[in-house]
Amino acid sequence: MKKNLIQLNNLSFNRGDKVILENVSLTVKQGSVVAIMGPSGVGKTTILKLITGQLRPDSGNVEVAGKCVSSMNHKNLYKLRRNIGVLLQNGALFTDLDVFENVAVPVREHSNLPEVLVRRLVLLKLQSVGLRGAVELMPSELSGGMARRVALARAAVLDPALMLYDEPLAGLDPIGASTIIRLIRDTNEAMEMTSVVITHSVEDMMQLADYAYIIANKKIVGHGTPDELRQNTDPQITQFLNGEIDGPVPFHYPADELTQDLLG
Amino acid sequence: MPAKKTKLITLRKPVQIVGRGILFFIQVLTSFRPSLKQLKAILSQVYFIGTRSLVIIMVCGFFVGMVLTLQSYLELSKFGATDSVGTVLALSLFRELGPVLTALLFSGRAGTSIAAEIGLMKATEQLSAMELMAIDPVQRVVVPRFFAGVICVPLLTALFNLTAIAGGVAYAVYIMGVDSGIFWSNMLSSVEFQRDFMMSFWKSLVFGIVATFIAVFSGYFTTPTGDGIGRATTQTVVVTAVLVLIFDFIITALMSWT
Ligand SMILES: Nc1ncnc2c1ncn2[C@@H]1O[C@H](COP(=O)(O)OP(=O)(O)OP(=O)(O)O)[C@@H](O)[C@H]1O
Ligand SMILES: [Mg+2]
Repeated sequence: MKKNLIQLNNLSFNRGDKVILENVSLTVKQGSVVAIMGPSGVGKTTILKLITGQLRPDSGNVEVAGKCVSSMNHKNLYKLRRNIGVLLQNGALFTDLDVFENVAVPVREHSNLPEVLVRRLVLLKLQSVGLRGAVELMPSELSGGMARRVALARAAVLDPALMLYDEPLAGLDPIGASTIIRLIRDTNEAMEMTSVVITHSVEDMMQLADYAYIIANKKIVGHGTPDELRQNTDPQITQFLNGEIDGPVPFHYPADELTQDLLG
Repeated sequence: MPAKKTKLITLRKPVQIVGRGILFFIQVLTSFRPSLKQLKAILSQVYFIGTRSLVIIMVCGFFVGMVLTLQSYLELSKFGATDSVGTVLALSLFRELGPVLTALLFSGRAGTSIAAEIGLMKATEQLSAMELMAIDPVQRVVVPRFFAGVICVPLLTALFNLTAIAGGVAYAVYIMGVDSGIFWSNMLSSVEFQRDFMMSFWKSLVFGIVATFIAVFSGYFTTPTGDGIGRATTQTVVVTAVLVLIFDFIITALMSWT
């Protein structure tokens, strides 16, 4: 029986008066790849920020590696984050540094390795995302998909025990996407790395994840292995998995009746 | 009753901002580490900021020196006292115009770009990404820029004073034909090191702190959008100008008291 690396317990989170998440509980076992899925704007990125301690829950708590993130002080939080790699939704490369230096930032900051080793480490990571040839480019010279792969190399350069990916495959071509999928799976198996992947692509989830949670309407509406989810008959899940427009999960951000708005 | 309530609400925001400013100032000061890495980062920012402002400071200094001399020459010639034109130039420069104008020019040239740079880093989540890599963005981004600015402004003020005096000499001696020996000896005999020269230094130091702090503060707490960054840069110039002039009066009053 593997340990739980991440645990959200009855977690609620509000933005002002608006409830974003309500009573969410989920667990991520060590060494597994877990997908978090759901429609746009439902709070997936918010969950990621709660796990890294950038946001604090209004009630409930978040545990990572047995420690409560929600009540951690600045120093311990930073210590914890050294073991977590995060790929943000937009990559967030440092625009004043070239590709090589971007990937080298965490290495230089958290180790005193000699330059030769830094170079070797960075080039190996860039090789694994297929961008070793791009070391001298500036972030402004990269395409969106390339930038995301550089960001991925940067997040993984110190081989963290836990990787959090926010939409790692959006905007990648099929070859790029399957490279990244293989990369996530390989590092996961070889290094015993735990991964949380946020995605809204059902297909990617099926290929990538050992286990998935589906969020809709502020709550977790279903979870299970990809096969279990496929066989699930709950309308909230089938609607999401099959991309049906009509169903219990609304596509629209909450609003008054359209006719009322248009007529004033 | 309701009127009172709205008044309190409108007062709350400025108080909040000032409080946040004070806390941030303390955070910036305490985030300074005398490590090689940080000193290097500060030096490279000094280089960036310094080179950005060098030309504008020299050009403006030269013309300010000329126009000051021109104006005082006109007035002094009525009393036949044109020999003192160097005195007037040096005293007004060291005591007032040098530090104040340098701070305002610095804020317009370097302060705005610092604010925009940090604001953009925030908008593109680069600051967030640093936090997630367990790198303190205040330590890495704010501290080098702040201390570099504080070092640069006194140096730029000295440069401004120097070129302004050169401009004054160019006008008085080479155009109006004032005797250069008299020009210099009058200037030297009336400027006191402690009173005038140090006033220039203390003012420029305080203005450097004010101008750079406002720049990093506006950038760091900007609303992370294009519009927000625009507002942060404008705010940098306006707030700096107001604060510099207020501090100018306070420092002058304090220093002439003692
Ligand atoms: N800084 C913020 N201030 C206020 N509300 C916010 C902020 N960031 C996000 N929200 C709100 O929180 C909700 C969840 O946002 P979140 O970014 O977590 O969505 P998401 O599931 O990641 O969506 P997507 O798939 O489009 O990235 C949204 O309704 C959004 O309006
Ligand atoms: Mg998101």
